[in-house]
Amino acid sequence: MSCWETLADYGLRSLGVGERLLPRSDFTLCQQVVLIGSGLIWNIYFGALALTSGFVLATGLALAKAARSRWLRKPAEWFIFLFRGSPLFIQFFLAYEALVMLPRQGIDVFGITVETAWLTRAWAGALIVLFLNTAAYSAEIFYGALKSVPKGDLEAAEAYGITGWARFRRILWPTMLRLGWPAYTNEAIFLFHATTLVFFSGFPAFQQRGDALYYANYFADKTFNPFVPYPIVAGYFILLTLGLTLLFGVANRRLNRHLAPNQRPRLKLRPQIIR
Amino acid sequence: MKNLLIATTATLALVSGAAFAQQTVRMGTEGAYPPYNFINDQGEVDGFERELGDELCKRAELTCTWVTTDWDSIIPNLQSGNYDTIIAGMSITDEREEVLDFTQNYFPPAASAYAGLSADADITGGVVAAQVGTIQAGHVAESGATLLEYATPDETVAAVRNGEADAVFADKDFLAPIVSESGGEFTFVGEDVPLGGGIGIGLRDSDDELRGKFDAAIQSMKDDGTLNTMITKWFGAEAKTF
Amino acid sequence: MFASCADPSLLSGLDWLACYLTSGKHLDFYRSFGTVLILLAVTAPVALAFGFAGALAARSQLGLVSILGRGYMAMVRGVPDIVFFLFFVIALDQGIEWLTHQVRCPDWTEPIRNGLEFRVCPQAKVPPGAAPQSVHSLYGFGLAVVTFAIVFGAFAANVLLGAMNAVPRAQIETALAYGMSERQATRRVLIPQMWIYALPGLSNLWLILIKATPLLFLLGVRDVVYWARELGGSKTSAYEYPHPDWRLYYFLGLLVFYLLMTRISELVLARISARLSRGQATMAGEAMRKAGATA
Repeated sequence: MSCWETLADYGLRSLGVGERLLPRSDFTLCQQVVLIGSGLIWNIYFGALALTSGFVLATGLALAKAARSRWLRKPAEWFIFLFRGSPLFIQFFLAYEALVMLPRQGIDVFGITVETAWLTRAWAGALIVLFLNTAAYSAEIFYGALKSVPKGDLEAAEAYGITGWARFRRILWPTMLRLGWPAYTNEAIFLFHATTLVFFSGFPAFQQRGDALYYANYFADKTFNPFVPYPIVAGYFILLTLGLTLLFGVANRRLNRHLAPNQRPRLKLRPQIIR
Repeated sequence: MKNLLIATTATLALVSGAAFAQQTVRMGTEGAYPPYNFINDQGEVDGFERELGDELCKRAELTCTWVTTDWDSIIPNLQSGNYDTIIAGMSITDEREEVLDFTQNYFPPAASAYAGLSADADITGGVVAAQVGTIQAGHVAESGATLLEYATPDETVAAVRNGEADAVFADKDFLAPIVSESGGEFTFVGEDVPLGGGIGIGLRDSDDELRGKFDAAIQSMKDDGTLNTMITKWFGAEAKTF
Repeated sequence: MFASCADPSLLSGLDWLACYLTSGKHLDFYRSFGTVLILLAVTAPVALAFGFAGALAARSQLGLVSILGRGYMAMVRGVPDIVFFLFFVIALDQGIEWLTHQVRCPDWTEPIRNGLEFRVCPQAKVPPGAAPQSVHSLYGFGLAVVTFAIVFGAFAANVLLGAMNAVPRAQIETALAYGMSERQATRRVLIPQMWIYALPGLSNLWLILIKATPLLFLLGVRDVVYWARELGGSKTSAYEYPHPDWRLYYFLGLLVFYLLMTRISELVLARISARLSRGQATMAGEAMRKAGATA
């Protein structure tokens, strides 16, 4: 079987397209590269969706934590502490345990039955955990950035009569993003790395559709040789990290385009690891 | 006189031990698959394989110690020499034969079975849970049912209990106590499926001498019937014997 | 532990629970919390040393050394640590044995790698085959420490490199102008000043290290997660204390443990930061000075 055929058969295997059975004997390097690459689709899916949705919640949380009202501040502080203070590993486990407790027939809300079974599937359940987790981490970054927005900027805005929502949208928010961006880049990288935990602990793989690490694990198990599949995953992730760095670098330049070139902060990478 | 005696026994031990005189044989197991092997409440390896392994070591005149390891890395760790045998309910399969050597089986080809919450659970088209990387998982993937894989045997059973899966597929001897103690919650579904060539001790290809010793010890236990007694003790009177 | 626990099947209620929670396995579980704390205490300085070496290498004038330092940081940080842990420990173990093999058995003719099998001469086994189990456990723990240190060292190197670059360039130039050598300037001027810049990054890293310890069980060390899984899983009557699936309670316990660790660390780190900031020409130091002046 040529490598092109392997690509056609297994390129989208992680989504359930192509051959149903995974290779069972005579493993080639090509099969390993293709299947593990196919699994990477899930890592990107989890990472990208959790990051974008988490971004919105993080902004809200950061504002709540900086708010004067206790009723806003305390819940935000506790939420952030809970998710930043515990390992993701344990969050996955607890979330899975909680989700399987939901009634399987669905819940009746005002006569309409709301389906709940899909929540225990990794694509939904794990995404929710990752979303809440990254929201908490990003909120802490944005909160720090919010605290260091120069006072002068806000005073100038007020002098021009910019207040309320307009002040937030045009002054506070862009400055917060600009200041928090390097740290936020790290958080993004860190989140993508964390997606490898989804199938490794907590959520079961459905019909052998898993992420890059799941397939690497499969091959390590079948070939009894960990020194091929795991370095392949590592290679994919180094590429993914590089791509992400470039993407965030472009955004960083755009956020700072009003500054003189020598004042623009260079994007320094300091990704965090497992949480 | 007393000193002399001690010296003689010591020499005898040296001669009989030969290659393994200074070397203890490290027995690798998982410690999470009762009644084959598990960690008992004192924190020690216990179970059928513990008792069997100790008896085999006695007959082969080897000093043995027990090591537990994760199922996922149980073979790579043997290959790199972190222990010398795998005695962990590992079925003899062609795939494994390619990288390992097995002794003759010490447990007859075991039946695997489906267990579910009702006797008519769909095991050919429904969702079936199995432990990742087992021969049972491979069988389910080929059977047409939807395979749901978990890291530990415990989780596969939990998956059926909470409705994630319609049935669990595992060694019958592992499921038997769970089914009988569940108070009617669990029941076996469908026919038993014979898988694999029985359970043997896995060794490195190059350890022919050690394999010979264990082979002989297993044979002697088969011959005098102690192996059958041990199987009946741990797996009940209905269990298959030699 | 107690004499009354001899036959647990006769007990019920609180007596049963008391015996259950003091079984040999539970005592192992409680001890594993100590394992985690020791790992943290040992890994932190080792990782810092790796980070220091990495940062100094990256700053080196020699092209090759600098590439090595930067390569280390980029490679290790680009890979999810879980993937790294899955094959690195076995590789490290084999690497050590390969080296001892070269030293102790130079005349060994059989191949070391035979297919998937890795075989060194018996004298080169680390630790020796006959060593008691405690030595093997200790060795496994040592491997875990080194692996953690390599991963976290790469991150620490990055933080320290940033901190070294944050020390005003003029300080070093002045030192050089006073006739110090490059090395003296680094040791006497750069390193003492960089800590305050490195502290926020290092604190963050410490908090991450705490949360990475559940991965210990991947490295073959019986840590809290291993025991929580093992104890919590449902137990049939093959065990002395049969019970249904209790993993949820054990994991909730772990959650509390990690939250506590985080909280305590945060409080301690805030103190260290305050102390280091005193008298420094940074914003925090300035704020302290002002607060002192108005009071």
